[in-house]
Amino acid sequence: MKRDLLDILACPLCKGDLTLEVFEENDREIITGKLCCKACSECYPIEDGIPNMLPPDLRD
Amino acid sequence: MEQESKSEEEVYKPAEDTFLLLKVTLKEAKSCDKAIEIGCGRALISREIADKVKCIIATDINPSALRIAKHYNIPTVMADLLRGFKAKFDLIIFNPPYLPTAPEEKSRKWINQALDGGENGRETIFRFLEQINENLSPKGRSLLLISSLSGMAEVKEKAIVEGLEISEMARARYFFEELYVIKIQIAKQKSNKYNAAKYIF
Repeated sequence: MKRDLLDILACPLCKGDLTLEVFEENDREIITGKLCCKACSECYPIEDGIPNMLPPDLRD
Repeated sequence: MEQESKSEEEVYKPAEDTFLLLKVTLKEAKSCDKAIEIGCGRALISREIADKVKCIIATDINPSALRIAKHYNIPTVMADLLRGFKAKFDLIIFNPPYLPTAPEEKSRKWINQALDGGENGRETIFRFLEQINENLSPKGRSLLLISSLSGMAEVKEKAIVEGLEISEMARARYFFEELYVIKIQIAKQKSNKYNAAKYIF
């Protein structure tokens, strides 16, 4: 995902703002990382460049 | 994508419902629109309008669908409807799962999840209508595909309760069902029904 996507994403549980932690990034986008909710602390993984914003109960 | 992998076969292929929704979307899309396609499947609509709107994001719950969208350079997010977004969109496009599905017919297979609209075919549609107000810009529009199988009257009624206005944009007969594309906007004046519903709940 590109960094500016962060501006439109929110925690699916409480709609809180998110913080971004990058594990791997290339010249185009973030490949792996995680997004964490500032309000409720739930975290959402970024894998293969795609943020997984599913609430924990809907994840595999 | 010349050869399909097993996982790609599990992604809903564009069909008559997709094409009807695409036709309306191409007419409706404007260059100033911030757009989102929910449940993008093979991302046909996102791909077709990518050059016509300011920006497009494609979402799905199926990782294989998202890989296809990403392959075409469409920004992708794995998400359940509009949960996970705080942005207000000008154009929200959704071809929902709408087939009435009994509990014993339920399956975790991705292709089934692309079709399963719950027992009455309206479960996902109703959840979507409940979320729209929060993510539609004041003059935004949502284009939603509805089938006669999931009941048009009930969907209209639910939209009114949620403070939304709907208008029919296209209709097509397809074998045993009638397909509609409806445009949803935030109601300028909340109806009495809406107020009544608010009062009761």
